[in-house]
Amino acid sequence: MFEIISTRDNPLIDPRLAVWSWEIPVYLFLGGIVAGMMVLGGVAMLRMLRGDDTRSFHSVHTPLAGFALINIGMIALLLDLSHKLYVWRVYTTFQVASPMSWGSWVLLLVYGVLLLSALYRLPESWPWLARRVPLLARLSDALLARRGLVRALAWANVALGVAVGIYTGILLNTMVARPLWNSAIMGPLFLVSGLSAGAAAVHLTTLVFPGRPAPHGMLGGALAAMWQPLGPEPPPKATADGLVRADIAFLAVELILIGLLLANLYTSSASQAAAATLITSGPYALAFWGVVVAAGILLPLLLQGLQLSHRIPHTVIPALLVLVGGFALRWVMVQAGQASVLLQAAAN
Amino acid sequence: MPRFGMVIDTRKCVGCMDCVVACKTENDVPDGYCRDWIVSELRGGFPTLTLEIRSERCNHCDNPPCVSCCPTGASHVEDFGRTVQVTANKCIGCKACITACPYGARYVHPEGYVDKCTFCMHRVKEGLDPACVSVCPTHCMYFGDLDDPGSRVNELLRTRRWHTLLPEAGTRPRIYYLT
Repeated sequence: MFEIISTRDNPLIDPRLAVWSWEIPVYLFLGGIVAGMMVLGGVAMLRMLRGDDTRSFHSVHTPLAGFALINIGMIALLLDLSHKLYVWRVYTTFQVASPMSWGSWVLLLVYGVLLLSALYRLPESWPWLARRVPLLARLSDALLARRGLVRALAWANVALGVAVGIYTGILLNTMVARPLWNSAIMGPLFLVSGLSAGAAAVHLTTLVFPGRPAPHGMLGGALAAMWQPLGPEPPPKATADGLVRADIAFLAVELILIGLLLANLYTSSASQAAAATLITSGPYALAFWGVVVAAGILLPLLLQGLQLSHRIPHTVIPALLVLVGGFALRWVMVQAGQASVLLQAAAN
Repeated sequence: MPRFGMVIDTRKCVGCMDCVVACKTENDVPDGYCRDWIVSELRGGFPTLTLEIRSERCNHCDNPPCVSCCPTGASHVEDFGRTVQVTANKCIGCKACITACPYGARYVHPEGYVDKCTFCMHRVKEGLDPACVSVCPTHCMYFGDLDDPGSRVNELLRTRRWHTLLPEAGTRPRIYYLT
């Protein structure tokens, strides 16, 4: 027999840790999407510098959408904080060992790079703003006139996108008391999941908002500037296919990383093996196998493969499934991770 | 500079919870929360049962994961006594430290910041023992400087068998349980 009776009964800790609810998964999910969109946007800029068809890359239209999404993520994070009025304290220090401190400072760079990247297309995509703030149009012209600057901006997008994507996993990875998270694979897994969610989000908009001239109003212009590709004709079909191909690659890598994560946990200490059973056969198994793996990865892989081979028409369904799976991955990992504990030696 | 630690004799502890009540009173711990608590651990099968009763709290670890994950430096190691403390007006309430602590020693105070055992530094600086230690009716708790070879805590650690909680977490906890 091994029985522990404790008189401790602190809210959010007992009977099991439950400090993070929906806010942190939402924040990690939106951060992952923005990371994915930044990498895709950066790659698109580099390809356009090479002379590829500008209409082919929806992802260069997404910096403003990324800016909006990351702000929604920050609102979710703020809602989670229990001492909200002191949030500015993260910017009065730099704590080198704290992923959250790194994330807070990297976020400032992300804001800057997203806004600069938005300038790239802003005058055409949001004419209302360009007419009222001619400075923006001039800045955009100046940016486009300097290929070196555009290249630097493209690489900044890629580098920061990778950094943010990894950060969303490493944030959990460093908690010594939560064995489910104690695997460095969390970083690349969340990055690739973010890339796949980013590709799905961009792909979704190509299907929902086909290309057309930018609306001249304020609000319509703003919304269109976030997502809508330009031009009187819809972009070539190769665009959608390119995103689908990229997404298939991301999903396949994500599947491999999930397998590696489980292998890593099951071959580690008893605490980590017990933590892994939370998601493989425990209370989170249905969400993990059913939503994250089957609906979020395997089904979209199948549907997108069939789309590419022209057996079924293009629909929004695979992209929606990828987004649902991306959120579910974060939700499962955040919740199951909090339920995982270091086992006492005598309990084995 | 001292490095404070605590030694608790589980052969003397009867689990009366005086330490818990003393802490709540001394530190004005809000209703429904506690900075220290009693754990009874039963092992074995009849007739070879063993029972260990422990008074648990923040371990003021030498390698505190709550400090390394804190984004603002609110959780920090104080110079005097090398204890782990929280500066309430630097804490943003992100709760990373609560997640990182393997001992469940931290909680969100109703005012929003994260709170935990301070080793009663306000008392120790005046030369007193922490409240829990000072009220223990069986005198099973000892508080002192782990860096002083002549201290009572070091004498006990030299002469008695002891264990710490979850040493495999690598936190190097500074509360020792005599067995």
